[in-house]
Amino acid sequence: MTHDLRAENLTLGYSDVDVVRDLDVVIPDGRITVIVGANACGKSTLLRGLARLLRPRHGQVILDGKSVHDLKSIDVAKVLGLLPQSPVAPDGITVGDLVGRGRYPHQGWFRQWSADDDRAVGGALEATGTADLAGRNIAELSGGQRQRVWVAMALAQDTDLLLLDEPTTFLDINHQVELLDLLTDLNRESGKTIVIVLHDLNLACRYADHIIAMKQGVIVAEGSPTDVIDSAVVTDVFGLACDVVPDPVSGTPMIVPRGRHHASRERVIAAS
Amino acid sequence: MITVVATDRRTRRRRSSAVTAALVAVAFALFILTMMIGSYYVPAWDVITSAFRLRDEPSVDFVVRDLRLPTATAGVAVGFALGVSGLLFQKLLGNPLASPDFVGISSGASMFAVSAIILFGAGSSMISASALAGALVSAFIIYLLAWRDGISGYRFVLIGIGLSQFMMSIVGYIIARAELYEARQAMTWLVGTVGQAGTTELRVLIAALLVLVPAALVLQRPLRVLELGDDTAKALGAHVELSRLALIGVAIVLIGFATAVAGPIMFVALIAGPIAQRIVGHNGGGIIAAGLVGSIIVLGADLVAHHVVPVDLPTGVITGIIGAPYLIWLLATVNREGRGG
Amino acid sequence: MTLLETPTTSRETAPRHRPGSGLAAGLVVLVGVLLVVCFFSITLGSRGVGVPTIWKAFTDFNPGSASETVIREMRVPRTLIGVFAGAALGLSGVILQGVTRNPLADPGIMGINAGAAAFIVFGIMILGVQGAIGYVWLAFLGAGVATVTVYGIASFGREGATPVKLALAGAAVTAVLTSLTSAIIMTNVDALNELRFWQVGSLAGRYMPVFWQTAPFIALGLVVAMFTGRALNGLALGEDLALALGQRLRLTRLLLFVTVAVLCGAATAACGPIVLVGLIVPHMARFICGPDYRWILPYSLILTPIVLLAADIFGRLVVSPGELQVGVVLGVIGAPAFILLVRYRNLAEL
Repeated sequence: MTHDLRAENLTLGYSDVDVVRDLDVVIPDGRITVIVGANACGKSTLLRGLARLLRPRHGQVILDGKSVHDLKSIDVAKVLGLLPQSPVAPDGITVGDLVGRGRYPHQGWFRQWSADDDRAVGGALEATGTADLAGRNIAELSGGQRQRVWVAMALAQDTDLLLLDEPTTFLDINHQVELLDLLTDLNRESGKTIVIVLHDLNLACRYADHIIAMKQGVIVAEGSPTDVIDSAVVTDVFGLACDVVPDPVSGTPMIVPRGRHHASRERVIAAS
Repeated sequence: MITVVATDRRTRRRRSSAVTAALVAVAFALFILTMMIGSYYVPAWDVITSAFRLRDEPSVDFVVRDLRLPTATAGVAVGFALGVSGLLFQKLLGNPLASPDFVGISSGASMFAVSAIILFGAGSSMISASALAGALVSAFIIYLLAWRDGISGYRFVLIGIGLSQFMMSIVGYIIARAELYEARQAMTWLVGTVGQAGTTELRVLIAALLVLVPAALVLQRPLRVLELGDDTAKALGAHVELSRLALIGVAIVLIGFATAVAGPIMFVALIAGPIAQRIVGHNGGGIIAAGLVGSIIVLGADLVAHHVVPVDLPTGVITGIIGAPYLIWLLATVNREGRGG
Repeated sequence: MTLLETPTTSRETAPRHRPGSGLAAGLVVLVGVLLVVCFFSITLGSRGVGVPTIWKAFTDFNPGSASETVIREMRVPRTLIGVFAGAALGLSGVILQGVTRNPLADPGIMGINAGAAAFIVFGIMILGVQGAIGYVWLAFLGAGVATVTVYGIASFGREGATPVKLALAGAAVTAVLTSLTSAIIMTNVDALNELRFWQVGSLAGRYMPVFWQTAPFIALGLVVAMFTGRALNGLALGEDLALALGQRLRLTRLLLFVTVAVLCGAATAACGPIVLVGLIVPHMARFICGPDYRWILPYSLILTPIVLLAADIFGRLVVSPGELQVGVVLGVIGAPAFILLVRYRNLAEL
């Protein structure tokens, strides 16, 4: 199913501070969008605003033509799922139980648990490779395993749009790549629209169909990574002096930081 | 794969139902036992036929129905209310040490009740009503003071502790200034005992249970996602603030009524939930089980308080002694990161 | 009752830094304030007395003069006890918060009040003890036994007495002691009667003998406590870091714990349980001087007696000729102050 998720004139904030200001953005349907930026630039805030977790101060988030806050939360939850930054697992919960809770929006008082639910949970466990962990207590798992279980829960929710807030933090590099590959599978095979906030710019360039670079609450660059990411943008967004070269594996932009110790004068002259 | 998930779920459900049924049996057994023992021993069958009005026999009926049934019923009802209330509190506040006992609600009930006893010389019904009022008022105050763009569990507990200190200072003052016999009555009330329940209060408590426990079961569904954190719960479509308000409301009214009937019996609300979850498994909702464990603890404590110890003691004394081993056990299972069992 | 998890803030609080000379001057001012408060503590009350009378009471005592007697027998002792107990409570609060890294640590969690109460009622019932002097020793002993038990239980296991285990052990011991106390007062009317008076912390009825019994312990504890600043600063960085910096963790923790037990036990033995002041005043001190314990300790040392005596004076004046006990005043005023602290200032890491 296609969906249209966009923000218009969106201003979001906490307490007295505006974190995201007058922002317009359209999330491309059926694609992988990655939001990047320095710490506290508003990328998580934007994601949470899109996911209906924050009420906008000005402007609105529109899903399929209607303002997201005018819709019933359960209806939104059937279409749009979010994996937040620090999800909380209650003591003693098993993997199977946790993933099962992702079925909440599809259940109700008169629809307790059906074959569809079992199918969704089973599918989610398989897709994330956590099927053999189903009976284990979450506290016993490693960080990588636990994160995959949370992704399974978000998958069990069976939404067309999936938003993930820094899902790769605390993961080893192999698990980071595994997770992003998994999300790419979901996108290519089921057409899910995926929006991820990542802090690793190189991984972002690799996996994104559409990249959004933010700085201090506004979007400074947007588009396909190859078109948009160059050293000027990186310097602007991150304050980092760098070269941008094509990644030898994927061909996407790869950021090579200059730093103070490794760029010899000859190489700098040769590169510029 | 699908069948594995489904059968796993079915097995877990079957197990939790079996354990819950066992808990019902134990609770029932204690219920009957409480009515059998005393200065006049009544055999089990006679207790059952008399209490459930299957047969009338005046000499037995007097002992069972008039003397012992109210206390036994109060034990079941108060224990159940405390168990459910404690579980809800712990799940909502995400902290195994959160208990309405120490977050200010019981102390509010105590303050109002002690004032009623000493300042107004009130009778039993008035005392109970005051306790209930005190619980509701302090819960309201804590909620108001802790509300700031929503409720943080941590802030709720802290402010509750502050309010508790406030209330207990006043209680101490009133008791110190009272006549000895009034002070004695107040301090007895403060320990908490099931036997002091009046019939009206008991009936009100049972009515409240019949309304609120089903409500809690309905709210169990959003509770299961609330446990995952506010963000995840909202992302799954739950109405976070509303559900939490409703659940806290249920928890508070339950403990308000329980305290009104039996005084602030400590520790039951704290330990019933975790014990229930350990034996039933975490996946069942645990509300009924927690209630049953609460009933079992209170009935057991009351039995010990009145029949095992040479002197007649209030129930609250024994529950305090039961609470300690639980806390030490928690201590033994605390892992390196410092999160409790 | 402290919670299982120590709170953490996600944002860094920049340490307030006032120049040392400013803080030293502030301390001198506070000492002056303390002396003024002590003066008022002696002169104010249902019976007002003037300076000449005070002078005469000590230089040329006339036992027939009611005023002079009041000064010598009641006002001066209670002022002295107030100063010592206040200092003890303040410093034990600082140390406990530092050792447990929990801004809400209150000496009550160590079972001190419960232990004191339990031994008092036990003494009344079994030994027929009567009167304030007897209670002082019983309370002190009870506080000591409780603390030893708490520490002992908490030290089982590899890591020793971590803050979390201390809290749990404290709660467990408090539970048992409270139950025993309840059991005793339900069966012994004298115990009930005496306990209900003792339970409200007060400076009233505390005469010089009480002072002489407790002051040596408090004095010793205060001296030790004043040197713990560096250790506390180290612990505040977290145990891993403290170990890396060379602190001998177990020994340091034990010493700090014992100091708290002695100070708080003696203060409670002298006055009965006084809540909240050991919790709030360290925060006031921290607000003024920043996170360096070498300043927080002396500031708390002077501030707490000021608060305690002020509360006592207030209690004497507000319902004159009767009296509102210090414990009640502090509870009724301290609790809202605590609540405001929680609500409006994020109780930050120490």
